[in-house]
Amino acid sequence: MAEIRNYTINFGPQHPAAHGVLRLVLELDGETIERADPHIGLLHRATEKLAESKPYNQSIPYMDRLDYVSMMCNEHGYVLALEKLLGITPPKRAQYLRVMFDEITRIMNHLMWLGAHALDIGAMTVFFYAFREREDLFDIYEAVSGARMHAAYYRPGGVYRDLPDTMPQYQASKWRTEAEIGKLNSIRQGSLLDFIEHFADRFPACIDEYETLLTDNRIWKQRTVDIGVVSPERALQLGFTGPMLRGSGVEWDLRRKQPYAVYDHLHFDIPVGVNGDCYDRYLVRMEELRQSQRIIKQCIKWLRKNPGPVILDDHKLTPPHREQMKGDMEGLIHHFKLFTEGYTLPEGEVYTAVEHPKGEFGIYLVSDGTNKPYRLKIRAPGFVHLSALDEMSRGHMLADVVAILGTQDIVFGEVDR
Amino acid sequence: MSNTSNTLAPLSQRLKKRFTSAVSIADAYNEITLEVPAQDILKICLALRDEDDFKFDELIDLCGVDYLAHGDVEWETVYATEAGFSRGVHRMLDGTPPPGKTGDNATCRRFAVVYHLLSIDHNERLRLKVFLPNDEPVLDSVVDIWSCANWFEREAFDLFGILFKSHPDLRRILTDYGFIGHPFRKDFPLIGNVEMRYDTEKQRVVYEPVSIEPRTLVPRVKRDDHRYIDKGSSNGGAN
Repeated sequence: MAEIRNYTINFGPQHPAAHGVLRLVLELDGETIERADPHIGLLHRATEKLAESKPYNQSIPYMDRLDYVSMMCNEHGYVLALEKLLGITPPKRAQYLRVMFDEITRIMNHLMWLGAHALDIGAMTVFFYAFREREDLFDIYEAVSGARMHAAYYRPGGVYRDLPDTMPQYQASKWRTEAEIGKLNSIRQGSLLDFIEHFADRFPACIDEYETLLTDNRIWKQRTVDIGVVSPERALQLGFTGPMLRGSGVEWDLRRKQPYAVYDHLHFDIPVGVNGDCYDRYLVRMEELRQSQRIIKQCIKWLRKNPGPVILDDHKLTPPHREQMKGDMEGLIHHFKLFTEGYTLPEGEVYTAVEHPKGEFGIYLVSDGTNKPYRLKIRAPGFVHLSALDEMSRGHMLADVVAILGTQDIVFGEVDR
Repeated sequence: MSNTSNTLAPLSQRLKKRFTSAVSIADAYNEITLEVPAQDILKICLALRDEDDFKFDELIDLCGVDYLAHGDVEWETVYATEAGFSRGVHRMLDGTPPPGKTGDNATCRRFAVVYHLLSIDHNERLRLKVFLPNDEPVLDSVVDIWSCANWFEREAFDLFGILFKSHPDLRRILTDYGFIGHPFRKDFPLIGNVEMRYDTEKQRVVYEPVSIEPRTLVPRVKRDDHRYIDKGSSNGGAN
């Protein structure tokens, strides 16, 4: 009789369903997972160590590159830590702008997750649909910050600049016909806020489209229902946060429980799951898309009515205007000091957390009173979620690992840091 | 965080009453830090998780901190003003600890392990801090108390060389296979010790000592001048 033994297979690091650079060593009994051992660190850039050698402001762009599908939420966590130590509060308008862009980012992240998750387990169309909407969100990023992805838009004391009055227009090119360009530009005639409002108005219909493709889809349900079930007790033990925790039925959302910025002035609901499986987490995230749209609408309404400064006028922390810098000695000195040396933070340590699209994104900052962080620890939700992969996939079939990876919404920029 | 500040004040009292062995309880920036001796860590963590007064059922974060260079600066303002403008940035930490950091007190307070706990029931956060001796940073693992500590402790071991007793699988996690050293220690250079390239003759990847020079673009400075005095009442920094 043939000898029966377990297989050990290597999944990734260059597998399209590995969401980046995950190397997964799987021990299989037939097609059943006995043990899953993720090997991470292939994208480790020592962001935290690099931050120790830079003035505080120069680390903001690094935050974009952590979870590179929800850039501004990372920045938010970081600037909140700086502001807490500095003891400053940004102007109201800046806080509304931050909340609006946080929610735009949440939609961006969830669209990426939805597209990739569906593609991984066999539903291709959703990916194209999701990326169609993501394109407009990138245009919003670009219009406000000049960069389509890595915005560096949030600064301690506010945001870099106010919303522009015009949207950039598409130019004629050999890849697009006149009619296509006309159609693209027709919704870009007003201000950026008009464009965001237009997006928010048509987005619910888009969510309906995705749901038509998936929610009652027999194959989708076969692949996700009862896969990767986590009980609420285990979810807490495993350090889950965000949709992973809410999918297991724990109603916990930092935007509501420990509100930052202006979340306590806004109306939104917190969806929770019942069974704690991949399907429930899918439903939770789909509802979060709708809630984000709701928050964006409220922010637009407030922002239209309340013009004002978007960053503090304290030039020890924020750069003076260009004219001031060119024409005024004081402004020049401020500019010079700020960009050569930065500012120093009082000695102390703080932990700030934001409700990132993936979970709790936390920054633990130790300052020794100098112009650079002494220690910066980034608490990335993906890192914790991935560490639970072993427990979640044990006893499942090989193909389910992909569904579980998808439901965890892993991005290696933040897992490896 | 207005709704947490109401409940935080009693928390520090509850902690004071319950944990008499604690080294210190600090309340700064609306955050409570409980410093405990290393040998009590398991007992205290278990109490914090299970007792109704605390219910810290979630470990949010665990990380190491190396306090070796805490407070050191690379450019003393005094020198610059006394002896003219100086470009003399002295780079921190090329391996030897700076003077004044080698006393007994410094040696046993070099490494710290910092836990961030969250109580869902009470909506409270707590920072737990343990200092470890310089030469032998060993601590009991809390994996049995919070499962998610597993990877966090592996990370702290990898980056700082802190050992966790009775951890089920204390391997490196973020650095390369076969990596030597603990890169987040303050005496580990930012540029690293080795660089890697593909050798066409040997037909494999080879490691060599780094060829680049370390440089400091912006020196680490501490400023106590008027910009940082009386911040709260300043008129937007008009002088």
